[in-house]
Amino acid sequence: MRYLGLIFKNALRNRRRSLLTISSLALSLCILGVLMALYYALFHGEAPKAQMLRVVTRHKVAIAFAMPVYYRDKIARLPGVKQVCTWQWYGGAYKDEERDRSKFFPRFGVEADRFFEVYPDYRVPAAQKLAFQKDIAGALVGAHLAANQGFKLGDKIKIKGNIFPFDLDLTVRAIYDSDIDADNLYFPLKYLQQALEARGSKRSYAGTFTSLVDSPADVPRVSTAIDEMFANAEAPTHTESEYAFGLTFLSFLGNIKLALISICGAVTFTILLVAGNTMAMSVRERVREVGILKTLGFTPRGILCLLLGESAVIAMLGGIIGLLLANLLIGVLHHGPAIVQQTKTLTLQPPVLAILLGFSVFIGLSSVIVPAWRASRMSILEALQDAD
Amino acid sequence: MPIPITYNIRNLAVRKTTTVMTALGIALTVAVLCAVLSMVEGLRVAFTSSGHPLNLLLIRKGSGAELSSVVSRNDYNEVIRFRPGIARDPDGRPLASLELVTIINLPSLEFPEGVNVNVRGLSPIGLELRNESRLERGRWFQPGRREIVVGSEIGSQNPSAQVGKSIRFGRGEWRIVGVFTSSYPARNSEIWGDLDQVRSDLNRFDACSSVLLRAANPVALRALASEFAVEQRLQLEALPETEYFAKQTDSGDIIRYLGTFVAIIMAVGSCFAAMNTMYAAVARRSKEIGTLRVLGFSRFSILLCFVLESVLISLLGGLLGLLLILPLHGLSTGVGSMTTFAETSFQLAITPKVVISGLAFALIMGALGGFLPAFSAARKQILVALRQI
Repeated sequence: MRYLGLIFKNALRNRRRSLLTISSLALSLCILGVLMALYYALFHGEAPKAQMLRVVTRHKVAIAFAMPVYYRDKIARLPGVKQVCTWQWYGGAYKDEERDRSKFFPRFGVEADRFFEVYPDYRVPAAQKLAFQKDIAGALVGAHLAANQGFKLGDKIKIKGNIFPFDLDLTVRAIYDSDIDADNLYFPLKYLQQALEARGSKRSYAGTFTSLVDSPADVPRVSTAIDEMFANAEAPTHTESEYAFGLTFLSFLGNIKLALISICGAVTFTILLVAGNTMAMSVRERVREVGILKTLGFTPRGILCLLLGESAVIAMLGGIIGLLLANLLIGVLHHGPAIVQQTKTLTLQPPVLAILLGFSVFIGLSSVIVPAWRASRMSILEALQDAD
Repeated sequence: MPIPITYNIRNLAVRKTTTVMTALGIALTVAVLCAVLSMVEGLRVAFTSSGHPLNLLLIRKGSGAELSSVVSRNDYNEVIRFRPGIARDPDGRPLASLELVTIINLPSLEFPEGVNVNVRGLSPIGLELRNESRLERGRWFQPGRREIVVGSEIGSQNPSAQVGKSIRFGRGEWRIVGVFTSSYPARNSEIWGDLDQVRSDLNRFDACSSVLLRAANPVALRALASEFAVEQRLQLEALPETEYFAKQTDSGDIIRYLGTFVAIIMAVGSCFAAMNTMYAAVARRSKEIGTLRVLGFSRFSILLCFVLESVLISLLGGLLGLLLILPLHGLSTGVGSMTTFAETSFQLAITPKVVISGLAFALIMGALGGFLPAFSAARKQILVALRQI
């Protein structure tokens, strides 16, 4: 403990080098922090509370196949199911989306009267909620989408149809926000059905059903019950928790799991090499000084403590700064578009934090242990003669 | 007069550990960047080398992709099929194929929970238009039967899609009777079956997805494209097939952004490390620098000398990094497209572009990391430098 002052003095001696080492460590740990938080959220994360109560049913073959609408009532009658809401993907094109697909935002027809019962966690002012439910051509838009596109209450939105042979003429009636998504546009399913009927189409469409169950424990039971009920029907179904359903879209981004693991691995090794190298270098350069310390009466153990302590302090500082940076970066990600819903609620979980801090100290200690040990064992004469 | 480069090389050899460690740090940074670039390149190669130059794809205006497009059979028969300018096969039939595209969910090796795969209903004309495709195993599907052939990438990625096995969609089981491979990589991630059979299974008798046709010559291609674009009865857009595929290259964007972002931050970190190494080198060789100045080398030569040394380290790192990712070349992986809503497999490609970008990246890191230390070396006063231990 009494070496603490000396350790800090030593760490500050070559300020430029300490600063560079700390910055390179901090940058690497920042990246590592964000990536590990992402990995943790994607593959070990838990669904937000509200989502744990919802299951999504789609056609077993693929999401592009519609199911008969009467499935909704059959699902709603199952024990443990509180409410069911039908969804239908509309697609279409808004403004210049045809040319620039990156501007595309998802649009769904939903049952306006049931939607908020299944999604109580979507935050919408009561008056707007009512206005949306009353207007068959109303639109409910996410706060993030509204900010991006400049949608305000009362704005007209015209969407050109492609899958469906008609356009949508909607008026923004409500703006919602939630921890799961804030990038979608919802409109009443009734609009879709009436427009189809007006064109003489007798086909009914139900893309997916989202069911609200009584308790999280009901999820597996209800899922199997739904799938068994329709196993031999005209359209067999596949039911999973809403969270798992969201994760299936991850495969669209390519093999994210492998990419995250390999990038994390590369970053880790880089830090080990880079930081370890500089810290070891500073110890090697100080062998002569160690000789002087020894003549002053420092024990080998004391010297070992001094050298290890210094690099631990530097590594720790780098780690803390890196994690602060990572936190900042994650804050920025929250405001970006939700490529996967997990980026909206991404946080540095305590286990991730602990691992990373431990890791940074480990880097500090492991990189100097060999040269420090060697220096502390050297005889005074040898150390004083060291030319390097 | 510049200081001979052998001076730098010998110096690097003397400080082996530090050199190798710094170079390895740079190597890994370059490896991350190049791995991402090779993915993007692979994707680009897969899509831009796909499509016949004379093929024209007709989809519904605004749909952007076949999956969300609707083309009616009547329109095909009455307005599209017999246009002048469309090439004909030896029997005199116009090479214009009405097609139905949908997706099904298949478990793959990488994603056991299943990925979306395109299923395409084709008429005999459609197969004729795809005569660059060859059978690898088995035979083609027969009209009127519930038979399908799968692309070679699907065959190798999806354990459930093998000749002799069956896949369930539509109204029942479909037998896999063959595996095909196309010289257009994007096609190898599709499943093909008989158009009429697929149509009746999916209950889509009139509403198909798209029309693919072959123009007689490049002039006819342009003429047809503009004719269809203004044809009021159709409301279709006409895209050259090559362009349609090229548009899908953006499906790798997210991985590219993520990878580039990580690589750049890592690069700044590695730059700091290179700086540290070079500052240490400058400090240790203070006497040498003084001596060099006494010998008559100018400040500029000293500056150049140390920047060069840093660049040499980073070049070594860059080469090492490229060596590290070389085994990735040809590795097969898949990425989904938000346009087609299906997964396309492609091979990572380490093209000259990737190699050059990687090396350039390393050189920039080295030059930036080396400049400040070199500058401080060049500024040293001769007497002070000589007196330093």
